[in-house]
Amino acid sequence: MAASMNSTAQAVPYSDGALTVLLAGVGGQGTILAADLLARTAIANGMQVKLSEIHGMAQRGGSVTTVVRLGKQVNSMVADEGSADYILSFETTEALRAIPFLRKGGLLLVNDESIKPLPVLTGKASMPANAQKRLLAYGAHLIPASRLAREAGTVKCANVVLLGALAAGMDFPAESWEDQIRLKVPPKTIDINIAAFRSGMACIEPA
Amino acid sequence: MELLSGNEAIAQGAWEAGARIGVAYPGTPSTETMEAFAQKDDVYAEWCPNEKVAVEVGVGASAAGARVLATMKHVGVNVAADPLFTAAYTGVNGGFVILAADDPGMHSSQNEQDSRFYALAARIPIFEPADSAEARTFTKMAFDASERFDLPFLIRSTVRISHAKTPVETGPREQVALKPYEKDPAKWVMMPAFAKPRRLSLDARIATVQEWVESCPCNTETIRDTSIGIICAGASSRYVADALPHASVLKLGITWPVPANLIKSFADKVERVYVIDEASEYLSMQVRALGIPVSDPVHPLPKNGELTPGTIVHAFGRQLPDHEQPQTDLPGRPPALCAGCPHRLVFKELASARCIITGDIGCYTLGALPPLSAMDTTVDMGASISMAHGFEIALAGTEHRPVVGIIGDSTFGHSGLSSLLNTAYNKGAGTICILDNRTTAMTGHQGNPFNGITLQHRPSREMDLEGLVRALGIEDVRTVDPNDRTAVRTAIAETTGAEDELSVIVFRSPCVLLRDSFKLHAPYTVTDACVSCGACASLGCPALSCDGTTSAVIDAEMCVGCGHCAQYCGFGAIQQREEGK
Repeated sequence: MAASMNSTAQAVPYSDGALTVLLAGVGGQGTILAADLLARTAIANGMQVKLSEIHGMAQRGGSVTTVVRLGKQVNSMVADEGSADYILSFETTEALRAIPFLRKGGLLLVNDESIKPLPVLTGKASMPANAQKRLLAYGAHLIPASRLAREAGTVKCANVVLLGALAAGMDFPAESWEDQIRLKVPPKTIDINIAAFRSGMACIEPA
Repeated sequence: MELLSGNEAIAQGAWEAGARIGVAYPGTPSTETMEAFAQKDDVYAEWCPNEKVAVEVGVGASAAGARVLATMKHVGVNVAADPLFTAAYTGVNGGFVILAADDPGMHSSQNEQDSRFYALAARIPIFEPADSAEARTFTKMAFDASERFDLPFLIRSTVRISHAKTPVETGPREQVALKPYEKDPAKWVMMPAFAKPRRLSLDARIATVQEWVESCPCNTETIRDTSIGIICAGASSRYVADALPHASVLKLGITWPVPANLIKSFADKVERVYVIDEASEYLSMQVRALGIPVSDPVHPLPKNGELTPGTIVHAFGRQLPDHEQPQTDLPGRPPALCAGCPHRLVFKELASARCIITGDIGCYTLGALPPLSAMDTTVDMGASISMAHGFEIALAGTEHRPVVGIIGDSTFGHSGLSSLLNTAYNKGAGTICILDNRTTAMTGHQGNPFNGITLQHRPSREMDLEGLVRALGIEDVRTVDPNDRTAVRTAIAETTGAEDELSVIVFRSPCVLLRDSFKLHAPYTVTDACVSCGACASLGCPALSCDGTTSAVIDAEMCVGCGHCAQYCGFGAIQQREEGK
């Protein structure tokens, strides 16, 4: 099921053989922390990494994407359509928006929640119909990240739940991810974040 | 090894090179550079009111013998251009390196200009790193070269360099003593008698730089398949490595002055030369100017926006991977003013008063978007006030809607002040709204003269904004709580009603993201009295939805209890919850 790190036949346009992970979400959702933990885990496992994010105006509730590319050698720091081995989306509408980036056979992991953008809130546009059903048709794994985060201790660690789901689809050992979480999150929240990470991991069958 | 953004790597490189002074005005994508530099040991760093001031402080510190780093976004270079052009004439004492961070794709900017044209025009050499490791190395090289050639040096980054994190090997700090300052008017006093010989000196210094760039290790030539020769720099060079792995590549690390002989010798080794550059024809103009024909790929590269490996693959006529087509029924997700943003009611009331609203640069530029749609113009920092004056003098003597300029506190300090000086001096009219949210919000909450917070938290004081405005002779200066609809409406009605007078309203209330000073209140909720009229939704609050057919809904998790919406409900249907949050 998972895109394997060893056997991925890279389609053009990338010739560096690196994996591409695209994290999609809404400004303020914590995509940057998740991307950072992924990058640090990959480095701890001896890989090269490039991580590209967008700051500024989009952070005020706009669509945001963060790209992490990892492998023995990494050239580009951006993702092209049809090239993402993994998409980790923090919201269903943004997952649908990111669909063109998924390569054939790539892994699509989506938080099962929707956040209405301003044009929908003001009645000028509508949310896409049957978003979850459509995502499932693309092979998405829907993750109840907020529920699992609440069960772990706080809804704020939904991003770490999602990271756990991503970890289940990748080849790094669980301890390696957890080491990075311990180094990065505030000391008081380590236990909650580890619990959140494990519950996200349990959502996905191992690679 | 550390995982650093390009910005952090430039700060690291400057620190390792012994830079002891840092000067900047924040601006995406440059901001984190000076924030990172300010946290290092044994450095002095400050936010300046604008980029021109920053570069002038930098020229002074360099003259005094210190190594200096100045950082700014691409449009900041426009503001700093005046000292920059002449700083090439004076040269330096301590090394002086200036970061110009460009924004191809305009993620958070008003234009897509290419800072390399400044290097060419001002005759200041410019390094162009392609990742964080190069950002650190090139910054160190730039400091050495600056002193060696007696010139300021530029570093050009783009969003994908500044905001991409890549591994960096860091090193220790070089101990660089303050160089002695000796009075030398022929070098530092740029009046015609001294500037003329200094112009000749600049030519001579550039000639030595031109020789040096030919063998500078920052340029790398890789010969593979000689049927295609690519000349590129910066982030684009990484995309070329992916998209055209068999091509021969000349990757330039300095893009002005370009290494003419190196380029010519590369062109001789390959059948066709292509230039791959992002949102600019700068590099192809440089190559063509050497008399080298530049070939066009099968499909032209985009002239605007960012490149990706895929755009290059396509340009060279190769197949892209299959992928799903974009979904056609997705709502857009534009950025929006935050729930509880203190700017919201001001825009709502200005729109209701049918004013001509000249806007400015900051979070509040989002007031231009629906449903507030309360901005007629945005051009550059400070233009709100000067453009309002332009509207006023052009429309004088005609029946016209009230003209209102709207500007943030930091932007006012940046260059709005000199605009207001102009309006006051020329006895102009109109209303200027200064939205003082106690911070430089859009770029990530930096200090500025009006909140009195300095970059390294040295003691300062809050400038007296109203006092400053009054000192210009403006009599009608008001301070208004922007969260109080009646007060906002009254202030706008009274000031715009006084047609021949210049009025300034300071709307003061902290940014909702300043958790130390913004007071969170219990959230609001919608009762059965709601008639779905949609009046509340016209405020464009992301915590509130009303589609006009069903009752309004307030997201209790997102609501900060500002109560703005309740002031627009004619049916008393929006009530505050009792429990705290």
